[in-house]
Amino acid sequence: MMKQMLLSSTVVVGAYFAVSGAVGTKAAAAELTLCWAAWDPANALVELSKDFEAESGNTMKFEFVPWPNFADRMLNELNSGGKLCDLMIGDSQWIGGAAENGQYIKLNDFFDKEGIKMDDFIPATVIGYAEWPKNTPNYWALPAFGDVVGWTYRKDWFSRPELQAEFKQKYGRDLAVPKTFAELKDIAEFFQKRQIDGKTVYGAAIYTERGSEGITMGVMDVLYSFGFEYGNPKKAYELDGFVNSADAVKGLEFYKALYDCCTPPGHSDAYMSEDIDAYKSGQVALQMNFAFTWPGIHADANVGGDKSGYFPNPAGPTGVQFAQLGGQGISVVAASDKQKEALDYIKWFAQPEIQKKWWALGGYSALRSVVEDPSFATSQPYAQTFLDSMAIVKDFWAEPSYASLLQASQKRFHDYVVANQGTAKDALDGLSEDWKDIFEDEGKY
Amino acid sequence: MLHSSIDRAAHATPPVLARRIRGLSDRAIAWIFVAPSIVLLLAINIFPLIWTVRLSFTNFRVNRPNEPVQFVGLRNYLNILTDKDIWLTMQATAHFLIWTIVLQVLIGFALAYLINKKFRGNDLWTTIIVLPMMLSPAVVGNFWTFLYQPQIGLFNYAIGFLTGADPSSFSMIGDTSLAPWAIIIVDTWMWTPFVMLICLAGLRSIPSSIYEAAECDRASSWRQFWTITIPMVLPFLMLAILFRGIENFKMFDLVVQLTGGGPGSITELTSINLKREAFEKWRTGYASAYAVILFVTVFGLASIYVKALNKVKQR
Repeated sequence: MMKQMLLSSTVVVGAYFAVSGAVGTKAAAAELTLCWAAWDPANALVELSKDFEAESGNTMKFEFVPWPNFADRMLNELNSGGKLCDLMIGDSQWIGGAAENGQYIKLNDFFDKEGIKMDDFIPATVIGYAEWPKNTPNYWALPAFGDVVGWTYRKDWFSRPELQAEFKQKYGRDLAVPKTFAELKDIAEFFQKRQIDGKTVYGAAIYTERGSEGITMGVMDVLYSFGFEYGNPKKAYELDGFVNSADAVKGLEFYKALYDCCTPPGHSDAYMSEDIDAYKSGQVALQMNFAFTWPGIHADANVGGDKSGYFPNPAGPTGVQFAQLGGQGISVVAASDKQKEALDYIKWFAQPEIQKKWWALGGYSALRSVVEDPSFATSQPYAQTFLDSMAIVKDFWAEPSYASLLQASQKRFHDYVVANQGTAKDALDGLSEDWKDIFEDEGKY
Repeated sequence: MLHSSIDRAAHATPPVLARRIRGLSDRAIAWIFVAPSIVLLLAINIFPLIWTVRLSFTNFRVNRPNEPVQFVGLRNYLNILTDKDIWLTMQATAHFLIWTIVLQVLIGFALAYLINKKFRGNDLWTTIIVLPMMLSPAVVGNFWTFLYQPQIGLFNYAIGFLTGADPSSFSMIGDTSLAPWAIIIVDTWMWTPFVMLICLAGLRSIPSSIYEAAECDRASSWRQFWTITIPMVLPFLMLAILFRGIENFKMFDLVVQLTGGGPGSITELTSINLKREAFEKWRTGYASAYAVILFVTVFGLASIYVKALNKVKQR
């Protein structure tokens, strides 16, 4: 009897420890918070992360902030050493500041240990999203979402015989995807205030937003192909003659001309969502926007499917062709108490099969094995355009002082393009001076 | 009943504590009651103010925790006061401030004068008129952007209907000459009811016997208005101007929603500019100096104004 009692007690005690052990294991599972912008790809990532939750036992929480407030909110979080985010999919331009101020952890040792090679990712995304200083093997993020500014056009309007005939008569060439910015402007002018199906339509929706980064992304997207350089390639931070070169001035004049001639009324403060709205509502023939918008457009009931086509940035007057890089890398926040679990997430995310699924869900993978797969280019109507665009990218400053550099360009560009103040040369001369002042404050001279 | 409760509480107080409290002076007890508020005030108002003044003499940047903070003397103040862009934002703020106050006082007083008359539906109209000021400025800013939309906006449609102009031929928030007026119109629409309510309080505080005496003296309505109504409502009007002046000097949310400070920097008021310096460029020391300058300006102007208000009240 005593023995039986002892045995049953042992069983009970054993069962208790087994259960508490299990509970203990469960309690050890972490709740990770991933911070990113509130946009379509974020929803795809929520879906994708369910696999990680199932696999690791960790749970994922998401903090998504709309684009216009994304930088304000998240940089506040990083600067204050907040613990809200364990993982941050931060904008490419933050990398310099986040690296130098110790806000992201350096990932080199982790990549070496886990066999994650940066050579496996699209080179432009590694430089743009992961490296600081640029072009050095110091990695602060894993390329997470490749993005680039490109164009969407109304394929159904372009294919109308009467419009084709009229266009050919007027411009002496076919109404087709523009190869140069000059051709793009002709097309935009052709559609401006045209009556199509009883509705007045307009030429192009371009970026003009003042508050965050909109007009800078739009202007830069055009300026690169006109010959704009951020500085002397042979001497760092020598700006005069490059930022305000004659070619750059022509590029800025072109952007203003495009804004003046061919945008819908009231398009004076437009960024990603305003351009999407203008395009989806059937107001414009052409839309400048980041590639992340393309899956949504393709699926849209009004303008999706065969009604829309996609093309990369056309070339400038000398045939040079570049596009503004978008997209982000995923980093581990230095203030996080759950760095190990956050690194586990990155390790999981870097796997080729997860990256493949990421693309299938609507996320632009930056892994070469995904985008170089022979079936990739035909997997979606915009896939080839994405590949072509990613091959010609340039990015804005990623210096620690990027926010000040950006504010200066926002003001100079908006003052000239939208508010009609001064000339393009004044704007770029002023911008060069502003940027020099900022770099002087930084002790770069 | 109340006394017995107090007595019971007094009896329940431990004798040691009761002896201690009995030994305190009235002044000490008053301090005990006031102390929490003073501590809170010091912690959340005075300390940050002193800290801001201290930071304004440094090159501190909150996003560069690893960089040494250097004392820069008056450099931040000099840079601000010699920056022509900042003077442009000051001009934009002055334009906004002056016109909103002029319009709100004129329309607010006129509405109060009308509402003060007895007529059917008086209360209903008062309620309808005060509705805009009960809305959130962010919401107001947002829906006025739709009203101002050249293609679908009601405002443009109404102007087009009245003038025959094409509604999509002008953009209230995209045109540099119209945008400053666009924000003035919205602020006036939202805050005129506030001025109206204050004026109404002033009008209703005038004893009817004064008007009756003026009637006996055969004073005309016009004379009654200028010699009774206006002088007696003036302190209320001045108070409304003070409130609206302080509020509009620090205007932020409504304008950010409407124009974001654009087009260009035409509607970039000082508070928007200050926010950009502090939380977008992260120039904390510089922004602190900017905040101190604005604080001294508002505090100085408000003090002069309050003295004038007191003089008017004494008359």
